[in-house]
Amino acid sequence: MKMKTKILISGNEAMAEGAIQAGCRFYAGYPITPQNELTAYMAKNMPACGGEFIQAESELAAINMVYGASAAGARAMTSSSSPGISLKQEGISYIAGALLPAVIVNIMRGGPGLGNIWPAQSDYFQATRGGGHGDYRTIVLAPSSVQEAYDFMPLAFDLADKYLMPAMILADGMLGQMMEPLVVVRRPSAPSEVEGSSVVRGRNTEDEIRTTKKWALTGCKGRPANVVKSFFMKEGALEIANLKAQKKYRAVENKEQRWEGLFLDDAKIILVAYGSMSRIAKSVVVQLRQEGKKAGLIRPVTLWPFPRKIFEQLSRKKKRPAFFVTEMSYGQMVEDVKLALECRCKVDFFGRSGGGVPTEGEIIKKVRLL
Amino acid sequence: MLLGKVLAEAAMKEDKFITWLPSYGAEVRGGTAHCMVVVSDSEIGSAYVSKADALIIMNAPSLNRFKARLKKNGLLIANSSLTGDFSEKNARVSACPFSDMACALGNIKVANMIALGCFAALTGIVQPQSLREVIREIAPADKRELVTVNLAALEQGIKLM
Repeated sequence: MKMKTKILISGNEAMAEGAIQAGCRFYAGYPITPQNELTAYMAKNMPACGGEFIQAESELAAINMVYGASAAGARAMTSSSSPGISLKQEGISYIAGALLPAVIVNIMRGGPGLGNIWPAQSDYFQATRGGGHGDYRTIVLAPSSVQEAYDFMPLAFDLADKYLMPAMILADGMLGQMMEPLVVVRRPSAPSEVEGSSVVRGRNTEDEIRTTKKWALTGCKGRPANVVKSFFMKEGALEIANLKAQKKYRAVENKEQRWEGLFLDDAKIILVAYGSMSRIAKSVVVQLRQEGKKAGLIRPVTLWPFPRKIFEQLSRKKKRPAFFVTEMSYGQMVEDVKLALECRCKVDFFGRSGGGVPTEGEIIKKVRLL
Repeated sequence: MLLGKVLAEAAMKEDKFITWLPSYGAEVRGGTAHCMVVVSDSEIGSAYVSKADALIIMNAPSLNRFKARLKKNGLLIANSSLTGDFSEKNARVSACPFSDMACALGNIKVANMIALGCFAALTGIVQPQSLREVIREIAPADKRELVTVNLAALEQGIKLM
């Protein structure tokens, strides 16, 4: 049975509701602006669904609680904003090393340091390169609307469960705080959205966990003990574990690249932006088209794996388009665009960070100068 | 903030695209706060309003802070109870003593709904009926008496124009 309702809700609250609908039954967090509404929503609504909400004593504690809950088989998540996400990096590395699923939400604010509470996209490098120590990756999804903030939560949990690795939702203060209409679809128990995944979103009952997560620490009566760890002292053991993880990361890179394109067939200049910035870029592209300019847009939806394929494809066209990347940072995703294009196309960049958001007017002015 | 939210909810009822962006963070109770609302027939790019078609100004500090953000000849609705008399050359000004009117209705807090009624009547962006429905829906169950005074305030605002 599906129930559809349209509500006005903030991005932060939409993510919390999306997680609960995705079967998340463990949340631990520590307050920080501009993501507090997410934590508050979980505090209010998690107990009613039979889940656990814990306001931890610190960010470190919260991520390590998620580590434990995930090892026991729960769909577990935490959320924070930039400085808090930095504090969580050690735990994220351990989760990745232990091959566990987990969902982490980062509602980015201005940095470095304590920075400020206004929107920014300056944590792209941290999110897409692992962030903590060691050779690991996290799947990174970038919603651009309140609807996607909701829709990407089940997707993040499904991907994390399928590949047994952390998945991060990377959004910014504007998307977190902004309210938009959201169409909520309540699914009591929906199948996974991810191809080839056996996970069913449900109530995280012990029986369900035992059957769908055979690696989980559910008590080993009648079966060999499971071991969850990221510590490998035996000679060669860590390398074997790392190679296994790398193989998995290559599979994710091949199968899970997601992106949205607009007017790519005949575009001469292609804007590239993600999250909140992609909406502003989209307005610019529509305006340029009205003026008769052949502009297009690529919006990466997965930031890792970066959607290289579409860039490679476009850069091998006879008439190669030029690219214009715009971010709320001083140039982070632009490096992935350049890596994907391998010097075959011209790439320009415009970004602001520290509270300023590039405006449509500023971007159009820069594009016209090209 | 509530004024903007009621406007946004009403526009959502009419199946328009909307965004509502609050000021957040270091605001203080009793201090100045603001929100930015975009109502559109098509998909909305930025929720951040750099140049506004209309400003609804409830106090003097907000007038000083935001008047430069109004488009040329844009609509400026002001609560003259708190802004005092002022003139603004490049704006269509509608100044009324919303706070005094709200006091006369018995609750100073409904000054915002008078301003909203005034805005709806002047712009026609949302139907008064949608606003009435939202006010009825968002009042907490244990404070139903607030519906009456807020609706009365809205009607007064509509009649002003």
